[in-house]
This record gives sequence, C-alpha cells and structure tokens, in this order.
Amino acid sequence: MTALSALMRRDIRIALRVGGGALIGVLFFLTVTVLMPFAVGPDLALLTRLGPAILWLGALLASLLTLDRLFMADHEDGSLDLIVMSRTPLELACAAKALAHWLAAGLPLIVATPVLGLLLNLDGSATLAVALTLLAGTPALTFTGMIGAALAVTLHRGGLLLAVLVLPLSIPVLIFGVAASQAAIIGPLPFGTPFSILCALSLVSFVVGPFAAAASLRHGLD
Amino acid sequence: MMRLSGQNLRCVRGGREVFAGLGFAASSGEALAITGPNGSGKTSLLRVIAGLLVAAEGSIALDGGEAELTVAEQAHYLGHRDALKPALSVLENLSFWRDFLGGDSGDAVRCLASVGLDHATHLPAAYLSAGQRRRLSIARLLVVRRPVWLLDEPTSALDTKGQDLFVGLMRDHLAGGGIVIAATHTALGIDVREMRMGGAP
Amino acid sequence: MSLIDLANPTKFLALTARVLPWLAGATAILLLVGLYQSAMAPDDYQQGATVKIMFIHVPNAWLSMFVWGIMSIASLGTLVWRHPLADVAAKSAAPIGAAFTFLALVTGSLWGRPMWGTYWEWDARLTSVLILFLMYLGLIALWHAVEDPSRAARAAAVLTLVGAINIPIIKFSVDWWNTLHQPASVIRMGGPTLDNAFLIPLLVMAIAFSLLFITLHLAAMRNEILRRRVRSLQMMQANQRAA
Repeated sequence: MTALSALMRRDIRIALRVGGGALIGVLFFLTVTVLMPFAVGPDLALLTRLGPAILWLGALLASLLTLDRLFMADHEDGSLDLIVMSRTPLELACAAKALAHWLAAGLPLIVATPVLGLLLNLDGSATLAVALTLLAGTPALTFTGMIGAALAVTLHRGGLLLAVLVLPLSIPVLIFGVAASQAAIIGPLPFGTPFSILCALSLVSFVVGPFAAAASLRHGLD
Repeated sequence: MMRLSGQNLRCVRGGREVFAGLGFAASSGEALAITGPNGSGKTSLLRVIAGLLVAAEGSIALDGGEAELTVAEQAHYLGHRDALKPALSVLENLSFWRDFLGGDSGDAVRCLASVGLDHATHLPAAYLSAGQRRRLSIARLLVVRRPVWLLDEPTSALDTKGQDLFVGLMRDHLAGGGIVIAATHTALGIDVREMRMGGAP
Repeated sequence: MSLIDLANPTKFLALTARVLPWLAGATAILLLVGLYQSAMAPDDYQQGATVKIMFIHVPNAWLSMFVWGIMSIASLGTLVWRHPLADVAAKSAAPIGAAFTFLALVTGSLWGRPMWGTYWEWDARLTSVLILFLMYLGLIALWHAVEDPSRAARAAAVLTLVGAINIPIIKFSVDWWNTLHQPASVIRMGGPTLDNAFLIPLLVMAIAFSLLFITLHLAAMRNEILRRRVRSLQMMQANQRAA
C-alpha cells in the first residue's frame, strides 16, 4: 500500500510541478469548446442543444491527449524498468498511475466545466448534469486511454496512431455520457438509466485497463 | 549463502540472436564482471537477469534467496538511465524509490550522506551534474537492501573520487553477502571473476 | 500428424501445401452452388430482388466478427504461450477480416439504399460494422507501424483482446443509442421467420465464405512465414558482412 501511495504522490507532484501539465489539459478543453461556436454559429439555442456533446468531445480529446506520456516519460528515464522489476504487481502500479493521472488531469476538467457551460448557454442544472456525467465517465476514458499509453511504450511511438487505436474503444462512454446529460436536460429518459450504465463502463475499465496495460508493458521493454 | 545462476540462456532481439547457450554463476560475496565488445549482449544479459527481457531459452535461479520472490524482485538494476525525475528534489527522488521498492529499507538522508550528496537534499534533481545524478541513483542501491546488484557500466559518469567511493560501497555489499554482476569496459577496482562475451567460440 | 506438429512452421508449410488446393477447390464449388441457389431464390414480397444482397451481406457480416474471434484466440497464443505461429495467424487474419468487414459495409449500404433512399443511414447494425472496420484498420496500421514483428505482435495481441472485450459493449451501446435517436428506422434484416427458400442458400453461402476465409488465411499465413524467413536470412547476411 505504501508503494502505491508513494507512486501516486510522486506522479501528482510531478504533474503539478512540471509546466502545469494539468492546466494545459484544461486550456485545451477550453480552446476546443471556444472553437465550436465558430464552426456551428453563435446561435445560443443550438449551442444549448449541442452543449453536452461539445463538452464531452472536448473532455474526451483532452484526456486522451494528456495521456500520451503516462508511461513514456517513465520509460525514457528508466523508472519504468524499476517499476516492472519491483515487488508491487504491475497491474496495481498501472492502476495507481492512471488514478494519479486522473486526479491531476481529469478532475480539473470537471472543475472547469461550469465556466464552459456558461459559454454554451447551459443553465445551472444542465451544467451540473454534465459535470456529474464527466465525473462518472472520465475515469473510464483515462483507464481505457492508459492501454494506448502502454502500447506507445511497446511500439516506441505515440501520437495519432494511438488516438486512432483508442478512440473507437471510448465510443460507449461517449454515447452514455452524452445520453445521460441529455436525459437530465431534456428527458424523456430517466437520468438514472444511462448514468448507471456509464458508471458500469467505468468499473469495467478499472479492470480491463490495468490488466491490458500491464500485459503490454511486461516484457515489452526491450 | 546465496547463489545466482543462469543456464543455457538464449536471447533474441528483433529477430537477431544476441547470445545462445550462455551460462553463469555467482555466489554470495562474489562479483562477476561481464566484458566484451559493443553489441556482444552485455546489457541484454543483465536485462534478462532483471526480468526485463525474456530469454528465448534457459533459466535463471537464485538459490538461497526468498522462495516466494522472483530474481528480479530481489535485485537492484542500475542501468544507463538514472530513473530520476528532474522536477523532484534529491531527497524526494530517493524517498520515492525507498517507499516504492519497499522491503528492508534504511534512512534516505544517511544514504545521501554516504554518496556525498547530503548538501543538496532539497535541491531539484534537475540541478545535478551527470556524476551527481549517478551518485543519487547509486544511493538507491543503499536505501533498500537487495542481495543482487545488476550494474550496467556503473562507473561511466563518475570521476575518480566517485569511483573510489563506489568501490567502497561494492566492497561493503559483497562483505555483507551480496552478489554483484556488472557489465563493464573498465576495471571495477574490486576482486572480480571475469566473463567475456562475444569472443570467438 | 498431430496438432503439436502443426505448431512447427516447417511442418505447417508442408501440410498446408497439400491441403490448400483441395480447400480452394471445395470453396470454389460451394461458392458456385451457393450463388446459383441465391440467384434461384424467390423475390421477397416486400423487398423484391434486393433481398438477394442478403446472401452476400450476411456471410460477410458474420465473418467480420468471426475473424476477430480467430485473431483473439491467436492473440492469447501470443501472450500466454508466446508461440510464433500465433503471431503469424493474427497478423495475416487482420487484412482478410478488414476486407470482409468492408464488403459487409458496402453490401449493407447497397441493400439499404432502396429502403432508406440514401446510401448511408446511422442504422445500429451498419454503425457497429463501421466501428469494427475502423478497429480493423487501426490494427493493420499498428502491424505496419513497427519494424520488429515480435514487438508488434505483443502490442497487437493486447489491442485485439481489448477489442474483443469491447466489441460486445460497443454493439450494445450503439443499439441503445440507435433506439434512442431513431426508433422507426431500424429495418428487419432476415429475422427469425426466414423461409427455407432463403435459409438454405444463406447457409450454403455462409459455409462457402467461411471456407474462403480459411483458404485465404492459410495462404496468407504461408506468405507471412516465408516473408519472415526472407527477413531473417537478410539479417544473417547483414551480420556476416559485419563479422
């Protein structure tokens, strides 16, 4: 347990210290959201209708792009070798790293959502609904994207290829995340149905993500 | 009394056979120096022992070690890269590895003193020179006790004073019943058994 | 010849050399029979002659998922048993699976055209097949992005297995999403009340296409094994020059 909390504390500390890693994700999220009115026009009614979808797409891209270096940085300085060799099961170490990343980079996105909701003409309850779905859904994005981050180490490359590989896997999260937000805003579906499926998706990713990432990292370090 | 041995090891990387039919052994208090030209597989052999590369054939065992742990879990690996985070302070770097590696661990500040870095404990690791970074990663070997040290060119970045210091630390480790396996171009300064790789068969 | 012997690439090459002509012949005959029966099948009272696209579309759609299943089994072989032939099987199945998936997409779109009045409708089944197609393309891109085949094999195996877990989830999500947005536009493809006049040709075609896959897959595996031999021979040559 000390090993995992040490790993999480280290990763969060680095994320907060180095060039505002978390802030760049939020900045990206903000920029993508600001771009949307230029693409679809500043029609407030339309923006309200598209609001949850825009926020979800922004959060999806922001969390995937910041994940790129989750394992790569540790691989480059040799830390990953020692993490693989250690007495801590690699699956747990991967999960701890992903959780730390979510706390440092995912949570700020959710904190920023109310401000962005304002720009998209979402009212208080709608913004709250979107923030709640992001809170339940972004861990799934982080834990799915972690597989891509681990593949980046095995493949010696990141960037577009990984986005292409990982994005189709996040379609279910996107579907239920947006559906739950829409259900809360315009109905007619009860909010609970898609929301509980969204939570289930997150739980599934907590299991699949670390195992897949560890399988990719173990013996993939030559 | 411990004995680390490998038998009939074969390593393939990228479709190319690096070595085959290789065996080695080292007992407590013994140092094994792996020498040979570039590309002869010194680093690959260390990484196979560390469990970071999978041998295509053969087996590695640590007799007399803890039965429920793998060889890698009872070994320190000091590679070319220092495994340091420039954003963290010297002490934070070392404390992290102490907490993460776990097991039989000592006091981080005292270990920093024994590698001559106690004046810089709260400075970011980014400010260290290459030799100081090396000393800091050597401190990792001291702060957590592991019977097997796997060293890849351990003295490369060290000056004469640093090398002397490291020789002393290796002597202490061997005297305490440890095992050292080092891939090296230069003499280590301790009594070693040499194993040459990549020579004519 | 036991199953263990098959795992040896050389024995695999020898055996498949003998089996492949027979397999190809059987595939050709069955395909001809299936096509003839499909052509002779009566028109549907609702869809007219377009229903015959089904005899091509359904086997392709079935194979698009079956091939991913084959690749998943091969991926387990790569990760668990580290078997070289498993890498070969997974790698050579991907382009074939992608081709079947593409055919399923095209035939599905053509079939839907008279129904929907447009070539593409975000119909649940077609959308799922489209996502599957994207995943195939990503997997092929991954295989080609890395020079070292064993490293690529591990990464591809992880991705294939994650995909295998995800495909049912994606399918479920897309179905759910579809009923949410367009409950009226789901067309019945086939359905449980399929007449024997349709069922028998469909079954023949499904078997014929499965045989086609096996034939193509074995041939592609042979090519891949030979390609790897060429690669290692070239490497040996490079090393000799250096020595």
